[in-house]
Amino acid sequence: MSPRTPGADLPEHPDRLWSAAEPKSSYDVVIVGGGGHGLATAYYLAKNHGITNVAVLERGWLAGGNMARNTTIIRSNYLWDESAGIYEHALKLWEGLEEELDYPLLFSQRGVLNLAHSLQDVRDSVRRVHANNLNGVDAEWLDPEQVKQVCPIVNISPDVRYPVLGATFQPRAGIAKHDHVAWGLARAAAALGVEFIEHCEVTGLQVRDGRVTGVETTRGTIAAGRVALCAAGHTSVVAATAGIDLPIQSHPLQALVSELLEPVHPTVVMSNAVHVYVSQAHKGELVMGAGIDAANSYRQRGAFHIIERQMAAALELFPVFARAHVLRTWGGVVDVSPDASPIVGLTPVENLYLNCGWGTGGFKATPGVGWCFAHTVANDEPHPLNAPFSLDRFTTGALVDEHGAAAVAH
Amino acid sequence: MLLIPCPWCGPREEAEFHYGGQAHVAYPDDPSALSDEEWARYLFFRDNPKGRFAERWSHSAGCRRWFNAVRDTATNEIHAVYRVGEARPVTS
Ligand SMILES: Cc1cc2nc3c(=O)[nH]c(=O)nc-3n(C[C@H](O)[C@H](O)[C@H](O)COP(=O)(O)OP(=O)(O)OC[C@H]3O[C@@H](n4cnc5c(N)ncnc54)[C@H](O)[C@@H]3O)c2cc1C
Ligand SMILES: [Zn+2]
Repeated sequence: MSPRTPGADLPEHPDRLWSAAEPKSSYDVVIVGGGGHGLATAYYLAKNHGITNVAVLERGWLAGGNMARNTTIIRSNYLWDESAGIYEHALKLWEGLEEELDYPLLFSQRGVLNLAHSLQDVRDSVRRVHANNLNGVDAEWLDPEQVKQVCPIVNISPDVRYPVLGATFQPRAGIAKHDHVAWGLARAAAALGVEFIEHCEVTGLQVRDGRVTGVETTRGTIAAGRVALCAAGHTSVVAATAGIDLPIQSHPLQALVSELLEPVHPTVVMSNAVHVYVSQAHKGELVMGAGIDAANSYRQRGAFHIIERQMAAALELFPVFARAHVLRTWGGVVDVSPDASPIVGLTPVENLYLNCGWGTGGFKATPGVGWCFAHTVANDEPHPLNAPFSLDRFTTGALVDEHGAAAVAH
Repeated sequence: MLLIPCPWCGPREEAEFHYGGQAHVAYPDDPSALSDEEWARYLFFRDNPKGRFAERWSHSAGCRRWFNAVRDTATNEIHAVYRVGEARPVTS
């Protein structure tokens, strides 16, 4: 391996790609939240539906929420048909997104291994591989030796607490650079006329006769023909101002990176049973995520014992990491739904649209949900791919239960 | 990590506890009499305030007893702990 300066092959830090706007008194569509989903929704509203009088209102800075904090795993190997539909749609869009946005996203299809550690894991995983194949999602079952071929640093010895009994492999899965994704989407949406208003917190939804008419913000009242919620961890708080209760709970979710290392990890490895997932960023950091903190919280920091447990799991799977140092840890606030599937669609309030509940795994969906949610907002009707993810499924019982089913975390 | 004052054992590390979600959610008296909407609310809908929240904890690696706490989800500050069966204390 030839010596290289970590990060040498990365593009230069870009100049300003959009200009911060002053709020106008009214817009056709107001999007609450400037994370990946808000940006993608704005982009496809303009691009696919010609709706350009759009403002994205962001309480902090653009894409400074979970979009800036996630571990960027992209995959579509979910169990159920409904999930395969929307996540595979997203993955197909990812495959053309750099070209479409004309912006480097560092989208790298290096594959993902979802490890199985028990007989039940093995059965569930093989079942998921079959389901994926039937849905046109690439997936294969690998035995431990084959796992080792894909990722030589994984410990497959049988004498560990949770031995690796095999893994599912999705070769088209991978990672992308989250900041670049946000910048690329923002630049493209801005070029089509979308405005971005930062440091503008929506404090209330205005509803008259069962119909949303605008938003109250820390920068004044803004009238809106339609309002699209993309507020991730804060959706309950915003929706409550229109009298809408949601079946979601906000939890901290943490991740960490090591110092920069030479390339040692060629793919993405996830293990639900021991609750860790690892990839190596382009710059060289090992990127590792944990599970959520159990207790509800809006604090963007989690408990240390979660990190400790995650590192213990990582070390057993990757003994070579023992000498790496943690560079930093951080947390985001994610909105978890009862069936570990998102809620995307109409609400009881007219012209108010809901996109939330993506929990620990919404980054991978960014272009797909933007596409479908823009369709929902533009047509006042869900796109067929997000129709199953309606709010009323919790009443009808038509859940899309990805808990456990699909190696669900992230 | 939270430092949680168990009403029986005193302050202990969060790692000794198990979380039980929103407190004071009673099992319906007559479940089969509920409409789908009412059953859905009982099963899937819990409060998710950014602010004070009454919630359940079990001191699972200690006295193994359940109790309730009022914690602010915006700051993680615990304002009160109280025993199961007691009313939620007024914490201003
Ligand atoms: C540590 C961590 C690791 C993760 N790893 C992965 C992964 O590997 N793969 C994956 O697919 N997903 C992952 N996720 C989940 C993913 O990040 C989220 O599901 C996704 O980012 C949510 O959509 P978003 O980008 O729009 O959210 P966000 O970026 O959080 O956007 C929501 C925005 O709304 C703003 N907002 C909130 N309230 C208001 C208001 N009242 N007014 C105005 N603005 C408001 C917020 O400030 C925020 O910027 C991870 C998340 C975390 C925290
Ligand atoms: Zn105790």
